[in-house]
Amino acid sequence: MSTPSHQYRPATRTGRIADFVDQRVGASGMVKEFGRKIFPDHWSFMFGEVALYTFVILLISGTFLTLFFDPSMAHTTYTGSYDPLKGVGMSVAYHTALDLSFDIRGGLFMRQLHHWSALLFVAAVSVHMLRVFFTGAFRKPRELNWVVGGVLLVLAMAAGFTGYSLPDDLLSGNGLRIIDGIIKAIPVVGTYVSAFMFGGEFPGTAIVGRLYMLHIMLIPALILLMVAVHLFMVVVHKHTQWAGPGRTEDNVVGFPVGPVYAAKAGGFFFIVYGVVGLISGFFTINPIWNYGPYDPSPVSAGTQPDWYIGWADGALRLMPGMLGDFSFDWIIPFPWGDNTLAMGVLVPALVLVGLLGAMFAWPWVERWVTKDDREHHLLDRPRNAPFRTGVGVAGVVFYCVLWAAASSDLIATHFHVALNDVTYWLRTLFFLGPILGFIVARRIALALQRKDREIVLHGREAGIIEMSPEGAFSERHEQIDDYKLYKLTSFESYEVLPPQADRAGHVSRSEKLRGKVSKFFFEDRVAPVTRAELEEARSHHGHHAVAAGSHEELGQ
Amino acid sequence: MRDNMGDQSHGSPQGAGAVAKAQAGSVDTIQDPGLPPHRPRLTDTEPRAAKRAERQVGILFAISMIGTILFLVGYFAVGHPESIAETRLQNMLLGLGTAFAMLGIGVGIVHWARTLMPDHEIAESRHEVRTEEDRRDAEEIIDTVLEESGIKRRPLIRNTLIGAIALAPLPALFILRDLDLTKASAGEIVERLRHTAWDEGVRLTRDPVGTPIKASDVQIGSAFHVIPEGLNELEDPLNEKAKAVVLLMRLNPEDLNISPEREDWHYDGIVAYSKICTHVGCPVALYEQHTHHLLCPCHQSTFDLTEECKVIFGPAAHPLPQLPITVDDEGYLVARSDFHEPVGPGYWERG
Repeated sequence: MSTPSHQYRPATRTGRIADFVDQRVGASGMVKEFGRKIFPDHWSFMFGEVALYTFVILLISGTFLTLFFDPSMAHTTYTGSYDPLKGVGMSVAYHTALDLSFDIRGGLFMRQLHHWSALLFVAAVSVHMLRVFFTGAFRKPRELNWVVGGVLLVLAMAAGFTGYSLPDDLLSGNGLRIIDGIIKAIPVVGTYVSAFMFGGEFPGTAIVGRLYMLHIMLIPALILLMVAVHLFMVVVHKHTQWAGPGRTEDNVVGFPVGPVYAAKAGGFFFIVYGVVGLISGFFTINPIWNYGPYDPSPVSAGTQPDWYIGWADGALRLMPGMLGDFSFDWIIPFPWGDNTLAMGVLVPALVLVGLLGAMFAWPWVERWVTKDDREHHLLDRPRNAPFRTGVGVAGVVFYCVLWAAASSDLIATHFHVALNDVTYWLRTLFFLGPILGFIVARRIALALQRKDREIVLHGREAGIIEMSPEGAFSERHEQIDDYKLYKLTSFESYEVLPPQADRAGHVSRSEKLRGKVSKFFFEDRVAPVTRAELEEARSHHGHHAVAAGSHEELGQ
Repeated sequence: MRDNMGDQSHGSPQGAGAVAKAQAGSVDTIQDPGLPPHRPRLTDTEPRAAKRAERQVGILFAISMIGTILFLVGYFAVGHPESIAETRLQNMLLGLGTAFAMLGIGVGIVHWARTLMPDHEIAESRHEVRTEEDRRDAEEIIDTVLEESGIKRRPLIRNTLIGAIALAPLPALFILRDLDLTKASAGEIVERLRHTAWDEGVRLTRDPVGTPIKASDVQIGSAFHVIPEGLNELEDPLNEKAKAVVLLMRLNPEDLNISPEREDWHYDGIVAYSKICTHVGCPVALYEQHTHHLLCPCHQSTFDLTEECKVIFGPAAHPLPQLPITVDDEGYLVARSDFHEPVGPGYWERG
């Protein structure tokens, strides 16, 4: 500002400090924007916060670990204070990871804090995404933020895996070997990518240092960037809210940031930190000293990857390598010789990519089917979008089948069943599970919607049995109050939208397909109770007789 | 609401904005009764309850201070742990201290917010992300910028620029060539996967000690984890070991189904197979004597030893390679040659 027009005279001390800061950085705009910004409150909005806070704990504990960890794969002999490994040859990385566990006070606690928060971080991101999916919070205008969230999920898994590999113990080394096998399966370039990654042949002496760079610099930087973009978009869009009395598409109802929301959210950070601290103090995670240094020959049976890698490991396990005498290592004859396409590894990899791709694409799929181009700021209760809930449950079942497959050997040993049978069942569920999941979830959602209609039209069951003068028994129903009534009726229910002709009167193929999908999704629907229906129900309900199933439930 | 399904539109009773919003209600929907009335909390009406909440928050913050002290006690009083029990004790004290310190603050603040800070819900209106005019202005600016740069009118500049920009990242890609630190050529990178430390006359030795194995030491039903002699003296013992580890087992020779070209690859029922799983490379570490099956603990690929390690279950797609063996003059087991095919998982150039 070239001409200081200084009329504002601060009267209080806060005012003077604010004035000083504001004239230099213009912070008053920020305070005005955020100081009393409204955030809706609901327990399901907490998962994103948990993700953010565990990430902060990861940064804090990770910084401590870097002070003592040396990611070198140079050979050394163990000299630390853990007796069983004294004199054993190992890499410097493993040595310093052991030092962190036994010779640096608080090092073990920090390692555990780091590992537990990492597990919780990916879990929180996943549950947060499920919340966003099942409530339809990804709809316009938030589609891009859904994509950013998906990228964060992938980055979280990448951060987890690169970190898991750093201690260079037997378990993490075998994990890297599996990655090497997957990379080698990539057609044409796989062999070279593997050589570039490992600095030559597996395991080489380069990989831990390289993963370290990715783990402590590149991936966290990308996560931070994506978190910033994510939160920026939350501010631009304002938070979604649950439908309910007084809550519309045009407003946000909740608590102001200062002081209530900031206090609750800030306090929640400390609660998350405390809980992770408690877990880290009492429950051992990744006891690398039990595994020993990496050696390509031994492996322990019954080992599991960290939970978020489970679905990938399970996909690898489920794929059959041979069908009878047919091998999934396809040998393709070329003029220059035979090349191998390792379909036994490529197919599972494509399944994973496909599931992630479907997740990213869903907002646009839903928009295409419904042709709904309006903004949505009110959340759907999952029951009020049966088709979406069905699709989501199908996805969750699919994921869980893969996830369970990663423990197929432990399932077999714990439940005393044959390993091969476990695999055959899971292979069957791989195909049938999502279909059943879709049907069951959608049916449950529709049933719950009907129950809501029932409650709206005929009131809630009062638990009081009355006897009529004729001696008949019936239960008294009480009308619900207006707020509850509105909550149960204020939702949208998509209808089948048949294929539509374009301007030239032509119905395109994709439009026909859209029509079919629309029919499949919305053929069965339960419409919200209308005012007319309610009035009619109330007028003829003076004598609260409820003949179950006799009234018209479907809105059609 | 079902009347305006798929409604792309503009017209709605409440305000005809440029951005269509859902819930543009029809007349037949149930009326919104508005925000429910605020219910005062006990702390709003009872000064004594408010005072009590204040004390509770104070106590929680004091618990946090005790937690921090507990952490320091765990750190200094336990000192450098000298046994596993002490390590565990210290870890527990640090965890407990952190938990109290953090939960004290966290629960205290949340309790404060819930009982003593105002709990009136406030409504704020939403605005469009951007207005129509803003969008028009932005479009105009971009058009002006493109127009003034002349990029559309001067195709020579545009095309050479595209060419230059397309080429410029190439060094950034090729400079990564030496990520492979071995200076191997593309051919060598592929070729080295076909060779291991095994060769004619190399003795089979025990993993990890490296003592040679006499054929007479190998009983029927027993299994040995084997590395080639002299492995630990090689330049990159781990890299070599990752390819060369072998499982050695003895079966009754009648149990073996041997193909004609492999008839002299075993010695009196003693067979040697690569230990590297052909699925994704885990060590195939489990041997089931009774069934003569080898099982990979990572993804459960199962190989039948009597059928030259054919895959009988799981995700592996080709058999484990066999190492041809015999005995030398002193009765020690030796390799007849290297493996005849690459060990480990399938890859493009494997053929």
